[in-house]
Amino acid sequence: MAYLLQQILNALQLGSIYALIALGYTMVYGIMTMINFAHGDIFMVGAFLCFVAATVLGLPFIPALLLSMTGCALLGVVIERLAYKPLREAPRVSAVITALGVGLVLEHLTLVFSPYPRHVPALWTSAAWHVGGVTLSSLQALIIVLSVLLMVFLDWLVRRTMLGLAIRAISWDRTVAALMGVPVDAVISLTFAIGAALGGAAGLLYALAYPVIDPYMGVMVGWKAFIAAVIGGIGNIRGAMLGGFILGAVEIMVAAFLPSTYRDLIAFALLFLLLIWRPYGLLGQPRPQKV
Amino acid sequence: MAAGAVLSWAIPRYELLNPYLQATLMYLGVNIILATSLNLVNGYLGEFSVGHAGFMAVGAYASATLTVILLPSGAAIWRFPLAILAGGGAAALTGLVVAIPAFRTRGDYLAIVTLAFAMIVKSALENINVIGGPRGLLGIEGLSTMPWIFAWTVLSVWVIRNFVYSNPGRGVLAIREDEVAAELMGVNTRWVKIRVFMIASFFAGVAGGLFTHLLQFINPRIFDITKTTDILVMVYLGGVGSIGGSIAGASLFTVLQECLRPLGVWRMVIMPLLLVLLMLFRPRGIMGLRDFPWFRPSVDLPPRPPEINNS
Repeated sequence: MAYLLQQILNALQLGSIYALIALGYTMVYGIMTMINFAHGDIFMVGAFLCFVAATVLGLPFIPALLLSMTGCALLGVVIERLAYKPLREAPRVSAVITALGVGLVLEHLTLVFSPYPRHVPALWTSAAWHVGGVTLSSLQALIIVLSVLLMVFLDWLVRRTMLGLAIRAISWDRTVAALMGVPVDAVISLTFAIGAALGGAAGLLYALAYPVIDPYMGVMVGWKAFIAAVIGGIGNIRGAMLGGFILGAVEIMVAAFLPSTYRDLIAFALLFLLLIWRPYGLLGQPRPQKV
Repeated sequence: MAAGAVLSWAIPRYELLNPYLQATLMYLGVNIILATSLNLVNGYLGEFSVGHAGFMAVGAYASATLTVILLPSGAAIWRFPLAILAGGGAAALTGLVVAIPAFRTRGDYLAIVTLAFAMIVKSALENINVIGGPRGLLGIEGLSTMPWIFAWTVLSVWVIRNFVYSNPGRGVLAIREDEVAAELMGVNTRWVKIRVFMIASFFAGVAGGLFTHLLQFINPRIFDITKTTDILVMVYLGGVGSIGGSIAGASLFTVLQECLRPLGVWRMVIMPLLLVLLMLFRPRGIMGLRDFPWFRPSVDLPPRPPEINNS
């Protein structure tokens, strides 16, 4: 029983990180129907910014978090302006390929500056509480609480503010939104900034939880977070959160009760089956096809 | 063609080129097969598959299992073609299994399903100990010689080219332009898509088999998502919906990769950067939707198809 509870805690930790990254995919998809394959690498940059903040600059936790988030937000906006904006009217695949290319550039630029895996020093003084055989470290609590706070904030932003209204309007119909006076370019850039900032926060939390980082860490985690976004229904913000937690739970439970080499196999096989059952994800709606 | 055949026999026989250039040429052949077959799905059919390395892995492992474990020797001259065909067949069957659920809906769905598929293949291979698990499969003979690779490359390009310009091939183009209209015109869209996907998987498997017997060592990590990205880069560099484009893209990619080798890590920065720049200034790739005259049938088809809007 304690073992199971412990695993649930671990699943929440991993799931909240996946959910944060999945939000970036789903927001960009929602507003531009584009899969931003560079997002996993933005997450990686967030982790490396955390490393820089902790070692070179010697910052404590909160400034390091701000650095990771603003750094990634800026990066997201720059990428959107330089690489994606000129392709808005081009075939959709061009943008996707460009995103793959941007991701590779980010990975290998990081590799140029950091050829070896790096060890991230602890930014958070770790205490552990033992309750009935279950160990909760303060780091774990931090990851879960901070992620949930960010998600609640995002949900509020999208549902209750003018900016959120603009995002939803563009996602509904970009042309009409522009006619209604929505500053489309600015809102799309802001969406990228928010998504990338969440990715940066996830990168920092991931680097604190699993402190060895390398330039390719974003590839696998990024694809998995994308899968999480799909499970929940891509384009759907609450779906991305749900998908992240589901994927985290599946991975941890498989690793806990089966040989851990089967982790990816079972996680992806489940996705495969889920998509056969519900092609648009758990919370997604099929987009009607206009003729 | 004839000159190529003679050269492919003469170059290794009389050592006209040094071994490094020979190896590069042979990898070029494999890359051409990969790019042309992926172009069938991503260019001509207008879907977006990211699982090509998975099919390549299935073909590679199937053919290597045959030559290493099942038929360590014997069957003489038929052994190698049989192994390659087995690789292609295994990949085509897997393609069928993936295609049936994948084509239930349109859009980015195929990308997701093929992505999941590629991951499943990789981790399944890592868990099968008979074929080496994560360590990989060793002791594969170097059966891929230059004439063989040349022959398979020509055969692949020939079959794909003929398919594209056949009647069912027109159905494929019709689906890319407008699926609903194609359906109304009597194209059995689902079956056509499944068939295209199987053909593409078959040749990915063939390329995998050739690749295995060229490298003489495989492990599951060779076929991860980076490999798929490489093939995608070749296709989109050369241009979607163009056989000549795929050949040009694969050649340019292979040559650039070798030429930029002295730059070390920067090579891996420059290659994708070139891709991004190309997409920004020529979103359809070098040859996008056009083709060399010798790949086009001499009679019909306008010299340049009208622009499509693939939204």
